[in-house]
Amino acid sequence: MELMVEAEVLAKRFGPIRALAGIDLAVQRGTTLALLGPNGAGKTTLVRILTTLLRPDGGRARVAGHDVVADPGAVRSRIGLAGQYAAVDELLTGRENLELVGFLYQLGKAERRRRAAEALERLSLSGACDRLVKTYSGGMRRRLDLAASLIGRPPVLFLDEPTTGLDPRTRNDLWDFVAELVAAGTTLLLTTQYMEEAERLADRIVVIDTGRVIADGTAAELKDRMAGDMLVARVADRADLDRASAIMASLGEGAPHVDPDLQQVSLPTRGGTEVLIAAGQRFSSDHIALDDLGIRRPSLDEVFLSLTGNAGRSLAARPQAGTPSGLGREDTCKLPAAPRA
Amino acid sequence: MQASSSSARMMRISPMVAMRDAAGIAKRNLLRTIRLPGEASVLIIQPVVILLLFRYVLGGAIKVPGGNYADYLIPAVFVEAMLLAGMSTALGLAQDLNSGIIDRFRSLPMARSAVLLGRTISDLVRSVFALALVVGIGVAVGFQFHSSFAAALAAIALVIAFGYAFSWIYATIGLITHNPESAQVIAVLPVFILMFISSAIVPVDTMPGWLQPVARDQPFSVTTDAVRGLLQGGSASPSAWQSIAWSAGILVVFFIIAVRLYRKTNSHS
Repeated sequence: MELMVEAEVLAKRFGPIRALAGIDLAVQRGTTLALLGPNGAGKTTLVRILTTLLRPDGGRARVAGHDVVADPGAVRSRIGLAGQYAAVDELLTGRENLELVGFLYQLGKAERRRRAAEALERLSLSGACDRLVKTYSGGMRRRLDLAASLIGRPPVLFLDEPTTGLDPRTRNDLWDFVAELVAAGTTLLLTTQYMEEAERLADRIVVIDTGRVIADGTAAELKDRMAGDMLVARVADRADLDRASAIMASLGEGAPHVDPDLQQVSLPTRGGTEVLIAAGQRFSSDHIALDDLGIRRPSLDEVFLSLTGNAGRSLAARPQAGTPSGLGREDTCKLPAAPRA
Repeated sequence: MQASSSSARMMRISPMVAMRDAAGIAKRNLLRTIRLPGEASVLIIQPVVILLLFRYVLGGAIKVPGGNYADYLIPAVFVEAMLLAGMSTALGLAQDLNSGIIDRFRSLPMARSAVLLGRTISDLVRSVFALALVVGIGVAVGFQFHSSFAAALAAIALVIAFGYAFSWIYATIGLITHNPESAQVIAVLPVFILMFISSAIVPVDTMPGWLQPVARDQPFSVTTDAVRGLLQGGSASPSAWQSIAWSAGILVVFFIIAVRLYRKTNSHS
């Protein structure tokens, strides 16, 4: 199988922030790879390097057989990029936007007209093709952005959070469309924050966090890694969290996750009721009052949260190290240490 | 590594293709202008207002050699109209950098220089339009051409050349600020400083001695003096050559700076 995207120990710093700390990646021709990670994990930085918008500080990357640093022109003529911020001109019509892109691909007049009309048709924008984009809804803009990325008929397509902020129906339509493209032979690398999206579209999933690959496999393999149950203990007194965490850790099932907001400690486990009983006895003998103690099946989102080490934490609250707007935010906006209760 | 970087050089886009790409970008920018006429008209109204204010409010109080203030002032307003209209380069570039559309352009197999070239070309078209309007109004409020048609054309050509060179200063400002609001505020500064510390509004002889050499030899003054000479049928020769030299110098220096900044923008955002 031919590799259409390859990255080797790719690294990128923004000042003090390591956006990418040595990423390895491979996508085979005609397959889909989903890059899954929370905000600031480095997904967008990685896509920007692979699409030649950003130079890496270290490592190597090849797209469609061409080095992104040494031969960016060759890479650009073989890729399509659609981002989370629709890169279309609001003051042009949908058709004009696509014909401009065709013009910049050096296509002749008849050919760029034909391709623009075809792309508008495929993305159900024909009815709005002569309206200015500023009158489009968010979903329509995103579709037009995707249409623009297809004008050059690229063998490799990069979609950076293609459905973030879209309503469920628009999201489903977009998924169907993208799945068709891949079925027709396009190689796709997409980034997403949604486990569901990765599972639906991707042949392989790479989970990244803080610039590193933390898991890699098919959706089924990732779920198997997390197979088993989740033992969850909610303490009555916040001050007992540390002791509860120590007890859970001593059960020999792995490292527990502490969520101070919910006052709970959770632990992936395969031990079933025996572990539940053992935990109950320890809490009881240590005189830790509990509001709740139980075993439940992990959700897909919990798999993701557990992998990215942020169980129970809001994804949105993380600094966006991978984007320029987040530069230095970790240094300047550090939260004060939580006061002790 | 050696082999692949030499093949990258061979992949370089030819100048013909670069010009074609720039034309595509310029056409897109002009379409935006037609659909957002408010922004462009403000830039055109400014010099007209300044022309009328100086002509009718201050004109009576300012004495110039030769006596006719309209003939003295209006060539300066031609230069100023050109420079003010060109400010849209800073604004438009900052808007594009902010909007994400530049990412689309940069991911396409097009010439890297096309975004800057296309921007300065589309804005040159707008500026020439503004200049034509101001020339028309200037004639309406009492300006008279006292020279041959060829000399008048040469004068207009000097103004346009200076305006195009200046648009690369604006491009630099747009690339540095990355923000339409600050771009607009900063872009207006060089024009106003150059216009007031110059022979544009009052003769340089009336300024303090230490300021006179600066005011006399800076590009706004020499271009204005050359235009006056050409339009009044007088001698323009030293000023015209100085103006051409200034325009060429500004163009080369700020073209290099702007292209460098654009490249750097690529690798940092």
